[in-house]
Amino acid sequence: MSSEATEEPKVSSAKSNLETFYYDNHIVKLFLIASVIFGIVGMLVGLLAALQLVWPSFNLGLPYTTFGRIRPLHTNAVIFAFVGNGIFAGTYYSIQRLLKTRMYSDLLSRINFWGWQAIILSAAISLPLGYTTSKEYAELEWPIDIAIALIWVVWGLNMIMTLVKRRERHIYVAIWFYIATFITVAVLHIFNSFELPIAFMKSYSWYAGVQDALVQWWYGHNAVAFFLTTPYLGLMYYFIPKAANRPVYSYKLSIIHFWALIFIYIWAGPHHLLYNALPDWIQALGTVFSIMLIAPSWGGMLNGLLTLRGAWDKVREDPVLKFMVVAVTAYGMATFEGPLLSLKNVNAISHFTDWTIAHVHVGALGWNGFLTFGMMYYLIPKMWKTNLYSIKLANWHFWIGTLGILFYAIPMYWGGLTQSLMWKQFTEAGMLAYPNFLETVQQIRPMYIIRSFGGLLYLVGVFVMVYNLIKTAYAGTFIANEKAQSAPLAKEFKAPANEHWHRRMFERTPLRMAFFALIAISLGGLIEIIPTYLIDSNIPSIASVKPYTPLELHGRDIYIREGCNNCHSQMVRPFRSETERYGEYAKAGEFVYDHPFLWGSKRTGPDLLRVGSKYPDSWHYQHMLEPESMSPGSIMPPYPWLFDDDLDVSLTEAKINAMRTLGVPYKAGYEKEAMSDVVKQQQMITSTLAGDGIKVNEQKEIVALIAYMQRLGTDIKNKK
Amino acid sequence: MLKFIKHHATSIEGIEIFPIIAFFIFFLFFLGLTIYVLRYTKEEVEELSNLPLDHDSPQP
Repeated sequence: MSSEATEEPKVSSAKSNLETFYYDNHIVKLFLIASVIFGIVGMLVGLLAALQLVWPSFNLGLPYTTFGRIRPLHTNAVIFAFVGNGIFAGTYYSIQRLLKTRMYSDLLSRINFWGWQAIILSAAISLPLGYTTSKEYAELEWPIDIAIALIWVVWGLNMIMTLVKRRERHIYVAIWFYIATFITVAVLHIFNSFELPIAFMKSYSWYAGVQDALVQWWYGHNAVAFFLTTPYLGLMYYFIPKAANRPVYSYKLSIIHFWALIFIYIWAGPHHLLYNALPDWIQALGTVFSIMLIAPSWGGMLNGLLTLRGAWDKVREDPVLKFMVVAVTAYGMATFEGPLLSLKNVNAISHFTDWTIAHVHVGALGWNGFLTFGMMYYLIPKMWKTNLYSIKLANWHFWIGTLGILFYAIPMYWGGLTQSLMWKQFTEAGMLAYPNFLETVQQIRPMYIIRSFGGLLYLVGVFVMVYNLIKTAYAGTFIANEKAQSAPLAKEFKAPANEHWHRRMFERTPLRMAFFALIAISLGGLIEIIPTYLIDSNIPSIASVKPYTPLELHGRDIYIREGCNNCHSQMVRPFRSETERYGEYAKAGEFVYDHPFLWGSKRTGPDLLRVGSKYPDSWHYQHMLEPESMSPGSIMPPYPWLFDDDLDVSLTEAKINAMRTLGVPYKAGYEKEAMSDVVKQQQMITSTLAGDGIKVNEQKEIVALIAYMQRLGTDIKNKK
Repeated sequence: MLKFIKHHATSIEGIEIFPIIAFFIFFLFFLGLTIYVLRYTKEEVEELSNLPLDHDSPQP
């Protein structure tokens, strides 16, 4: 490894005070390449998913490419592969320069890189194969979860050890953001991933129902905060001053931005569960803290934009600054809209619709995408010691990308609002105006088409960038180890007499700062989640709610494997428009045996909480085989393999045992009887189907799925 | 209609204290943060905000 030769500081004879050392650009280059490649993959998969919603034939008739499995692949690829590699590239570049030292260990850097790519690869394989926990942005199964935790710690360790050997006494605010990112994502990931493995690549969430939902959205919300936001804010605080060649507008504001953001963000998770079966006071806290978030978010946005005061002529010419300005503006828009969506009256309309999809894509395409592109346009000429191949092409990328965002977001806002209003529309006689859900889907299909076009535009822009950057790299020479000089830190540092205690307290000792950041981010989670443990015994227990039968449990696992929850919620909110359409609204006590919860967050199809016994078994049979036969105009893909594949019952006993460990009251020894119950229920369903003239082998997976679908919500269903 | 989702937490003993605790934590946090930031001197701010820009300047 080249580092061994380059790492030893040499004391130059001329200026005895200066040490010569080398920045590791190679690792930055690796992460940049990975970010681009996985960015393209993630966006292509996103485009495929968008097309599937218009033309179901794009599901390709294969289990691996159906929307339910492709959607998590898209979100994981974009978040953890595209943005994740972008975070590592940006932090590895800026940390070395801000601390005037090479990274602590080249070996750790390489483990970080290859480990992360291995995780991405295993995600890219396991998600299409149907290995999923069903929890959004945390779909990966337990062995991959463990790998993520380990590699994440490698990154954090490398960063903290680099801080220890730094040559710059002061720690710039960007690095505070990186440290908070490291600490918080670690905490979130570990607590949300508590799951009981029952086999290799199969586990059940430790939490059930309401608790599972709260922990999941405490995680989900803060994954957005601390994976997609705080590290990129750190990058903003580094790269905008660099690209504009002027210091940040207000350093004091950046400090307030930092502490206020990490402290408040963590409380806002419950806004993902408004009007769901969740204690009212937690919902209220989620809303209040979401509104408060506007202050630090906009403080940060303005701080970024005002850094360019007096330099707007540069923004006209420099593509790097153009991308960054739009990125920061998109951040401002998304962080204004977020709190808006957290108001209960707005959320009542926006939740479960494409409005949310528009919101996250303003963030992902605008903020994360454009900041990453800006960073790439800055870094590649820098590290290859040359000029950008074509400013014209970069400008072209900028405009086509911006248009792409508009063509994506506007139709999704339009479609989301339209569909929601249609769901809620009553006739004068008090009946639902659009009782057929598919009518509302067909109405917004043109919006899905325009959205796909927007995504395509954005992707074309990325290809233009790749061409431009490759040409740039070929024109220059890559500097793998960039020479730099700096004096070492004096061993015995005497602080100026007038220095304040807090400078010592937080800003020079990274570990102590990390500790205080940990406290700041823990408070919100603790105060909101601890009472939910107390609630466990306070959920109005519903005597008629019983554990799932073993066959239903198998069916539920098929539901999870196929990712049904990506399009179907199981959460009827207490609105008349929903109780009319779907039936009795959801009660917290109904979900006590749901490991994991399957409330969902988007209704591409109708809610399924009360679908049990709504249709005959034969309806489900035909519908899963050919959705359009039962629901003309449906955009749901067919699931023919459920009719070919035999149900895997080898884990029946393990599943019952695991559920009992998690607190589901199966009677002692039931695991031994479970298999005979499976067979009994299979025979019941096949004989019902036979009555409708359908002959099916009872071993087939479809039988188990029907068992689960027919059970859904029936425990407390009002018998008509 | 809302009775099922409204009163989950009310049966927890002493639940009223939670929002009050939350408020105090929040208030003190921001009071501290304000004091913390106001006590920066101009020179410190100058030095810190220039950190990304001077890679090669020698240390004091």
